[in-house]
Amino acid sequence: MEKHSKAYKTLAAGVAIAAVASIAGLALLVNIFERKQEAKNPFFRVVELDDAVEDPAVWGKNFPLQYDGYKRTVDMKRTRFGGSEAVPRTPTDADPRSLVAQSRIEEDPRLKTMWAGYAFSKDFREERGHAFMLDDQTFTERQRVVQQPGTCMHCHASVYVPYKKLGDGDLTKGFEKMNKMPYQEARKLVEHPVSCIDCHDPKTMELRVTRPGFLEGIRNLKAAEGVKDYDPNKTATRQEMRSFVCGQCHVEYYFKGPEKRLVYPWHNGLKVENILAYYEKEGYKDWTHKISSAPVLKAQHPEFELWSQGIHARSGVSCADCHMPYTRVGALKISDHHVRSPMLNINRACQTCHHIPEAELKARVENIQEATFKLRNRAMDAVVDLIADIEKAQKAGKPEALLARARGHQRTAQFKLDFIEAENSTGFHAPQEAARILAESVDEARLGQVVLRDPGYKPTLTRLDK
Amino acid sequence: MKISSRHLFFALAAHVGLFLGLGLYTFVYARGYSYLTDDPRACANCHVMKEQYDGWVKAPHRNVAACNDCHTPHDLIGKYTIKAKNGFWHSYYFTTQTFKEPIEITPTDRRIALDNCRRCHAPIVDAIDGPHNNTKRLDCLRCHQGVGH
Repeated sequence: MEKHSKAYKTLAAGVAIAAVASIAGLALLVNIFERKQEAKNPFFRVVELDDAVEDPAVWGKNFPLQYDGYKRTVDMKRTRFGGSEAVPRTPTDADPRSLVAQSRIEEDPRLKTMWAGYAFSKDFREERGHAFMLDDQTFTERQRVVQQPGTCMHCHASVYVPYKKLGDGDLTKGFEKMNKMPYQEARKLVEHPVSCIDCHDPKTMELRVTRPGFLEGIRNLKAAEGVKDYDPNKTATRQEMRSFVCGQCHVEYYFKGPEKRLVYPWHNGLKVENILAYYEKEGYKDWTHKISSAPVLKAQHPEFELWSQGIHARSGVSCADCHMPYTRVGALKISDHHVRSPMLNINRACQTCHHIPEAELKARVENIQEATFKLRNRAMDAVVDLIADIEKAQKAGKPEALLARARGHQRTAQFKLDFIEAENSTGFHAPQEAARILAESVDEARLGQVVLRDPGYKPTLTRLDK
Repeated sequence: MKISSRHLFFALAAHVGLFLGLGLYTFVYARGYSYLTDDPRACANCHVMKEQYDGWVKAPHRNVAACNDCHTPHDLIGKYTIKAKNGFWHSYYFTTQTFKEPIEITPTDRRIALDNCRRCHAPIVDAIDGPHNNTKRLDCLRCHQGVGH
């Protein structure tokens, strides 16, 4: 091999360095060019969208970044008090899922006592992301314990197009028809979990409410406030819509009458006592308690209701502000369609407004949740104690009128507890309100116990609320 | 095959020339020169600080102080050292897309901003800061956070 001079080697090294530098320079240029292009074109229209396109993958062609986030709702990640854990299971013919979320009734068996005689005492798991809403509803064991109606589809599937098809173009007619179907029959009409078209107008991408349950519920609520014929799609502000689209489903509800019509019980207002008063007036019960025979109610994820009583709602902060905060992708800024707990995204979710360290924000939230959780445990103990006392009183052959009084206390105590238990923020959406409701629940349950021991008992103070 | 020193020299010259040309073009294309000025628009070139820029336009300091008045030291060497340091790291994080958002000011940059509050407002805040040098300095921004943007 020939020996090269020192100068020759230096030259060769110089060429190599210069070449690498040129490559780096070119890469930087291309990167800057891409960012500039992104800033110019917020989106490319590659498909035409209309009111019949249900498949989110088609919408995703025009909005790949939003679609990418939407698909990420498959993640299973715990927070301290919520979030889901991926629990492996052996798939069966009836239930092909190989992963499910942790069981809440195994975590806290008191729930089985509280829900005795109701399908939730058989299978109730931590909720998973939007991506699983249809599967987890289709395959829950509750389906095998009781015949569910087609009404469930309202919030467990992308149902806008199926409703319109079923109602020959009329959304409400389709809604009414599907409510009456058995679950399994209605299940064949839907294909996707919540999808783009459920919240967005395909032409303008503006937010819109598509769920008849919410449209009727908010109309009743506004009527109670003195506003006639309220239609959010016509009069709500953009910021209101950023909560209303979520409130289409994250609410308390019940199935009314033999036609199983989905109704949001907001006729008197959104507070727990307003809702309870409505159920009393309707004489409604979800089921008869298996142990105590009390006519009881099951609260279901009243996020919209509890949030509306909190400081964030009062300050004009919407659901999307924290659960879908703005996020930057290259030069673009979009709403994060990976809907999730703000606790998994504190920087974007909280720090836009709260200029304090992430660790401090997390500690503040968990402080609230821990206090709520302790109160919730107290209330749960109280309700379980009352149920045991009623059982004993029944066996002892206590008079029916006395039992009915105690059962009334159980109904109220249990609903108030469940209102916070079923709500998915462990009190964070409205800390003071959650604490008030749980304190009333404890009081109500213990009152039931007192009454059984001392039938002549009357509370010392006039009780203003029921 | 033997590559002569002469060939190598031409290759080096060509590559260095290419790099210089490319570098110059990139510099102009990316408006690199704007970073040497005091023009506030330069700070929003890469979109990340658009909110801060928009906020400044509507905030009370817009007529009396621009970005550099508060965010860089006021001696020539200090100013361009900070510009070079922040310029490099901002480009680095933006190019690699690895930054926190909402963005957060670094402790050094916060200290510079606090120095600059005092540069103009000293007559008022001297009395508030107090006469003792070893007292911990008050943090203007703790209360007046929205004053710049």
